[in-house]
Amino acid sequence: MSKDNIGLNLEYEVLRNDFTKAGEASSNIKKILTQLGINSSIIRRIAIATYEAEMNIAIHSLGGCITVNVTPKEINIVALDNGPGIEDIELAMQEGYSTAPNSVRELGFGAGMGLSNMKRCSDKFKITSQKGKNTRVNMIIYI
Amino acid sequence: MNKYFHSVVLEEEKCNGCTNCLRRCPIEAIRVKDKKATIIKERCIDCGECIRVCPYHAQKSITDDLEMLNNFEFNIAIPSMPLYGQFDVGTDMDKVYQGIKDLGFDYIYDEARAADIVAEVFKEMVKDSSFQRPIISALCPAIVRLIQVRFPSLIDNIARVESPMEVAARLAKKEVIEKFGISLQKIGIFYLTQCPAKVTSIRKPIGISESHLNGAISITKLYGHIIKNAKKIQNNETFQKGSPLGVGWARVGGQSYAIGVENYIAVDGIENVINVLEEIELGKLNNLDFFEGLACTGGCVGGPLNVENPFIAKSRIRKLSKIKSKAKKINKNYVKMLQDEGYIGWTENIYPKGIMTLDDDMKVALEKIEKIKEIAGLLPGLDCGSCGSPTCTALAEDIVRGFGNLEDCVFRMKENMKKR
Repeated sequence: MSKDNIGLNLEYEVLRNDFTKAGEASSNIKKILTQLGINSSIIRRIAIATYEAEMNIAIHSLGGCITVNVTPKEINIVALDNGPGIEDIELAMQEGYSTAPNSVRELGFGAGMGLSNMKRCSDKFKITSQKGKNTRVNMIIYI
Repeated sequence: MNKYFHSVVLEEEKCNGCTNCLRRCPIEAIRVKDKKATIIKERCIDCGECIRVCPYHAQKSITDDLEMLNNFEFNIAIPSMPLYGQFDVGTDMDKVYQGIKDLGFDYIYDEARAADIVAEVFKEMVKDSSFQRPIISALCPAIVRLIQVRFPSLIDNIARVESPMEVAARLAKKEVIEKFGISLQKIGIFYLTQCPAKVTSIRKPIGISESHLNGAISITKLYGHIIKNAKKIQNNETFQKGSPLGVGWARVGGQSYAIGVENYIAVDGIENVINVLEEIELGKLNNLDFFEGLACTGGCVGGPLNVENPFIAKSRIRKLSKIKSKAKKINKNYVKMLQDEGYIGWTENIYPKGIMTLDDDMKVALEKIEKIKEIAGLLPGLDCGSCGSPTCTALAEDIVRGFGNLEDCVFRMKENMKKR
């Protein structure tokens, strides 16, 4: 652990279309944050943000990875996938807008609330994407 | 009084150190050390899972005895709702209640009567959109304590409404004082219980500063006496009883059925309840009106201090709850009056229990988590329980908390022996 990077780093792989494993990252993070004694309403926001990120990667991408850095000041979550990227981010951010296929909607997912929920739960939210490449969502939640 | 009173306790002589209870405890509160199980008092929520799974009956629930009645001049029994499920459908409950009375009680107040009143309160709550959704029922004290420990962000969703047991105690006192003019101090009130968590709630109440009950006697202890007495009875009183819907509270879904709410989820079995609370915490059920979570299989009919098989009892309760009733509807103004006079609501706030926190200093806690990760990596990940901790991760946590050693792991010991 270097001095300027005090804290805990957690990494979770998220596979495409794997709904049995998706959700593990968020519940694992929740457990760790509870052990750290963080306020329960903050933990809940982080759990929701991570869960939505996991779901988004599983549903919409070719797979990806979630990394979480925990410091006494903040939680920094990065959700990075392996593509295919979002064409119109503004549109994707709209509540209710979804590109999820029917097979996913039938499972009760893909209501078009994921990104807006993630934004709502974060203190800082940044999404960048390159069509044909990948999408990166960065969420910071202050403790 | 002891800071942590628990109804659920362990009889050391009977424990042979097997790991049945270890793995089943929903909050990892059991450890087996030196061939004996121990319960971590700070964690235990008195759900009774360990009582149910122990093959040696070493886990038990402390309840009161009938001798306690000698402390009072006038004794009231509150038979719990699941008691209805302990007897065949068609059993004359008046005889059962007379049988209870003959054990030394002066008055009987059916818990189902209070359930009818609490249902009215819930009906109004469900209509009122200002209550945070989903409204979580506080009927099961083990679930309320579970939320305090594992789902503190849902505390505000818990309905601040007393359980029928407490409401029954208060109304019984009121009734007895009005009818017989007996002073409050002379009255003893006892719950005939199926549930260790309720016993704990009488000594260590949730949401109120003091319980109105003086004790609880388990159905298991009384069952034989009641049957013996009931057989002999020829002339008996007619007791006032709750409605079929009130009786229905004894089974999972019964509350929702009594309230008449459509948009509800009713879950029984503590592991199942945990899974649904996870979903609620993720905000996936924000539109749900009512959540009924009960620690025992089948609901209160599955309480470890019942005699009858939970599924048989549940089926009986279902039949009983669907009988068309001629009972008078409960007056809304009466319920409102009871609410205003403080018979029904909680008076105290409940708080998260931060017992999982590793250290008050977050920097130290972070270091401990690193350490746990490191130690967990050295363990086989088989979660066999032979070390006395429920999982490998739990052993890693115990080591960091100072309660365990790496050598407790039998697989590591085996490896070390090979090396020698």
